Amino acid sequence: MTKKKKRWLEEKSIEWVLIMVSVISILTTVGIVMTLFYESYEFFTVVSIKEFFTTLRWAPVFDPPSFGVLPLLSGTFLIAFLSSFISLPLGLGSAIYLSEFASKKARKIIKPILELLAGIPSIVYGFFALTFITPIIRSVLPDTSIYNALSASIAVGIMTLPMVASLSEDAMMAVPDSIRQGAYALGSTKLEVAIHVIVPAAFSGIGASFMLAISRAVGETMIVAIAAGQTPTFTLNPLESVQTMTGFMVNMALGDIQQGSIEFKTVFVVGALLFLVTLVMNFIAKFVIQKNREVY
Amino acid sequence: MQTKIRVENLNFYYGNFQALKNISMEIYENKITALIGPSGCGKSTFIKSINRMYDLIDGAVAKGSISFDEIEILDKNTDVVELRKRIGMVFQKPNPFPKSITENVLYGVKRHGDVPKIEWLALLESSLKKASLFSEVEHKLNQSAFSLSGGQQQRLCIARTLATKPEVLLMDEPTSALDPIATAKIEELLEELKKEYTVIIVTHSMQQAARISDYTGFFLNGELIEFGLTKTLFSTPKDKRTEDYITGRFG
Repeated sequence: MTKKKKRWLEEKSIEWVLIMVSVISILTTVGIVMTLFYESYEFFTVVSIKEFFTTLRWAPVFDPPSFGVLPLLSGTFLIAFLSSFISLPLGLGSAIYLSEFASKKARKIIKPILELLAGIPSIVYGFFALTFITPIIRSVLPDTSIYNALSASIAVGIMTLPMVASLSEDAMMAVPDSIRQGAYALGSTKLEVAIHVIVPAAFSGIGASFMLAISRAVGETMIVAIAAGQTPTFTLNPLESVQTMTGFMVNMALGDIQQGSIEFKTVFVVGALLFLVTLVMNFIAKFVIQKNREVY
Repeated sequence: MQTKIRVENLNFYYGNFQALKNISMEIYENKITALIGPSGCGKSTFIKSINRMYDLIDGAVAKGSISFDEIEILDKNTDVVELRKRIGMVFQKPNPFPKSITENVLYGVKRHGDVPKIEWLALLESSLKKASLFSEVEHKLNQSAFSLSGGQQQRLCIARTLATKPEVLLMDEPTSALDPIATAKIEELLEELKKEYTVIIVTHSMQQAARISDYTGFFLNGELIEFGLTKTLFSTPKDKRTEDYITGRFG
């Protein structure tokens, strides 16, 4: 074999190995999506789409069962929405502080601590919510249920805060210093530079961090399973117990349900819905990023 | 001929490194003062100290005195926001904000809030006209500043600075990133601007200094070697080092 041929063979075989590796991950994704939608299809042969999306009671294991998914959707969005009141402003605030106000030394200390917050397992947040946040809420508002959406939302908000802070800070640090100097030279205060120049200039990155945090909150499982309760309630009252899509799936997966039964299929149909929700949010995020991207 | 800025015994340090040594000079009103010298001679540091931009650099310290009308610039209690409104700066590379042309020009007045809203449009037009950019952008004022060419961006930065109604314009090698045609346009513009403003321009091009300035200061290793009328400095330099530099023996 000539040297040239050997080299060609080496290159080709490596290329094939790499193609195989990426094909595996693609196939896995396709497999998951297909399973979700196949089982969902089966589900909809028994339950009508109309019942699924319009009725207000979710009780698949009761007799008679009812399959209105809206309580799960409302629970999911309630928690995602409330948690964003913590994660977005506090995350953006921390990012502004870190990138525009903090000294190098302060940043060196604070940023790793903030990122540590992201490394805490979500089950720990769940217990924190249940044993620390909930009692505080109940001492102020005694009528609150032990399991309630507010407590879970606060914990989810704290959990997703570092993601907003870290990604937004990266986006703001990427704004060239020359632009900052230009703003200072026009007689701007630090706050004006941050709010009127740096934040708008970094908007695509900041917007992306917001969307990621919200979709993370939508998909968050352990905190809500522990702290928000297991009562699918169609409500906007954060002091009540709610169940989210993920919370329901955990609950079902832990119980003993018969494979192939309609209860079994509900897990997949809810999973498929969750998948679609996060997919749409990712598309929105992509759109926001592309529309506002500045190339320096 | 009025002195606008008086610098006395200015010493400037970056940590342990002394970037300016005992500089004393006067900047005259409605004149263009050019600062020349090889890279690292301290000319950029010098203009950064006039609008206190060095505040943004860790470890930078200025000692001595720079008086501007009634203000002592180096005084810790000087309001730098107010100071920078009165002493505008244009940078080496055009640095427009990622906003529309209009937003760029009106940035200053919107922040400072000292010009009533009904006058904004007139201010926008007059600032762009003074920067001789208006005719090129009047049909696309709402487009992003990044859609402009480098030379247009630099004139936009000048317009943005003029809109805050400064008295002094500091220019840190404003044409070094531009092509000859754009450079010529800015030089032409400077001739107009000095009627209204006092201009200090740092340039690494001696030809540029000779073409446009009334006064020239030659910096070398942090010292002001020679300062005087541009004509005199270029025709009959007093110092041997100035002569060596302007005849191209080093730098």
